[in-house]
Amino acid sequence: MKLPGFIPNKTNMGKTISEKILSEHSGKDVKADDFVIAKVDLCLLQDGTGPLAVKQLEHLGIKRVVNPQGIAVFLDHAAPSPRKELSNDHITLRNFARKTGCYLFEIGEGVCHQIMSELFTSPGNVLVGADSHTCTGGALGAFATGMGSTDVAVAMGLGKTWFRVPQTIKIAVSGKFEPGVYAKDFMLYLIGTLGAEGATYKALEFTGAAMVSLPMSERLVISNMAVEAGAKAGIFASDKVTKAYLKQHGREEKYREMKSDKDAKFEKVINIEVDKLAPMVSLPHTVDNAKPVDKIGKVKIHQVFIGSCTNGRIEDLKLVAGIWKGRKRDPDTRVIVTPASKDVYLMAAREGLLETFIEFGATVTTPGCGACVGVHGGILGDGENCISTSNRNFLGRMGNPKSFIYLASPATAAASAIRGEITDPREYL
Amino acid sequence: MILRGKAWKFGNDISTDLIAPGRYFHLRSDLNELAKHVLEDADPQFASKVDKGDLVVGGRNFGLGSSREHAPTIIKLSGVSCVLAKSFARIFFRNAINIGLPAIECDTDKISAGDELEVSLEKGAIRNVTKKTDLKFAPLPKAMTQILQDGGLVEHIKKHGDFKIE
Repeated sequence: MKLPGFIPNKTNMGKTISEKILSEHSGKDVKADDFVIAKVDLCLLQDGTGPLAVKQLEHLGIKRVVNPQGIAVFLDHAAPSPRKELSNDHITLRNFARKTGCYLFEIGEGVCHQIMSELFTSPGNVLVGADSHTCTGGALGAFATGMGSTDVAVAMGLGKTWFRVPQTIKIAVSGKFEPGVYAKDFMLYLIGTLGAEGATYKALEFTGAAMVSLPMSERLVISNMAVEAGAKAGIFASDKVTKAYLKQHGREEKYREMKSDKDAKFEKVINIEVDKLAPMVSLPHTVDNAKPVDKIGKVKIHQVFIGSCTNGRIEDLKLVAGIWKGRKRDPDTRVIVTPASKDVYLMAAREGLLETFIEFGATVTTPGCGACVGVHGGILGDGENCISTSNRNFLGRMGNPKSFIYLASPATAAASAIRGEITDPREYL
Repeated sequence: MILRGKAWKFGNDISTDLIAPGRYFHLRSDLNELAKHVLEDADPQFASKVDKGDLVVGGRNFGLGSSREHAPTIIKLSGVSCVLAKSFARIFFRNAINIGLPAIECDTDKISAGDELEVSLEKGAIRNVTKKTDLKFAPLPKAMTQILQDGGLVEHIKKHGDFKIE
């Protein structure tokens, strides 16, 4: 799909990244709070939301999608399928992909947001996905946001959707992360500060030395969790890190500069200093219930989950393997590791990480979302506590409303697996 | 159009995991079956006792979390005419309108469980028949009103052949 040419800035006012991308895609010079019909470059469906989107396209009487090369369908939430109903949903999606010519990612290929980032999302894109963590794509300088099945069905069928152009909150982050403190800790802290609806309808834009210095693996964590503060998008300006990531995945030619103008109008600017930030944990049952790891007291852990679209990347797995090497899990704590994609899984195999995981006493599962979303592969028992590197700890999230989920970084989760209780990872660095 | 029914009260942060739990993931292609579990983890009585026309009344950030459109869809399928909340999470709000379920922001502290309510979407007014009080609410953005009036996004697109949003 060809992008419309850049729209001259008639109002002569600086624009945020969201305003720039939505101006380009609507062919109009738009600013925050305008309603626009915008061209959509990329659509994402997964096996929990895809079947309903397919049904809605049928109700619409639409048989062809506008841009099959921009649509990716993922079998990741039930991979491999634990039930016949879900196997039948997979058939629906396979048939849809075959009929329309869009991309299908089979069981084992990985979590939708990881693969979108590796293979599809580029700076300046509009990406809509029938999954709330579609905002992950903001790490690559795209306008990426989650919607429902019907919205994505219409976006596939018409090649466009409507938006209210969001106001942008600039998150300006200075300082340097201490050892043992990661992007995940920063996001749990930020969501704790903003609140679970502190950024509803807004775009967050992450800037400042502490953000610019982050590798793509860490930027993806931050954009991924923007929705947990209610945000529509969580965006980074594109830069040499973006370029290197695209190159690594054979897509260097997709690089373009995407940044807010110097005189862009932000709704507000929040300044944060990360120098003194400690490892953070979000306590049950909301993500914004975040506390420093050394302030939560003794919490017994029955299950550790390392994985998800938030923290299942190779960098995360290396970090975890480094902590686990030569150690054993607590005998009363079970451990699940789910690489975010087939590529991550392969790298983990080639670098000997899988051996470390197995020797430590962990179970390594097929790349996918099953444990995080409570479908299969790690459902908790009554009264059990899980420390998870995923992004949500809502009541019932991991399949049992009588269980408790604590969110943390891979390092904190890994350290907790050794002790069988929530543990400060700095003791193991 | 006047929507009439009694209030079912819920608290803050009613997530889509509470509305359409992940453990019923396999029922997503059988919405009537999934609807038997609507809001089960927030109020186990709700699905079996809700009457046609009743209103779901939440606190802040109603519908946070997953983009699963099944959440507003099964609320609607259970017979609920309208969801009131102090605030909504963005994706839930958009989904509700897209499937033709009115979602209204208002001060729900003034509504108690079981209150008989009458909602006029056109007037932006809620009559609490039980308490004999009135509440006002701001109209939806125009784009959403158009979609809702057409009966949801599918009907909107079928009717106009395109987005007809000003």
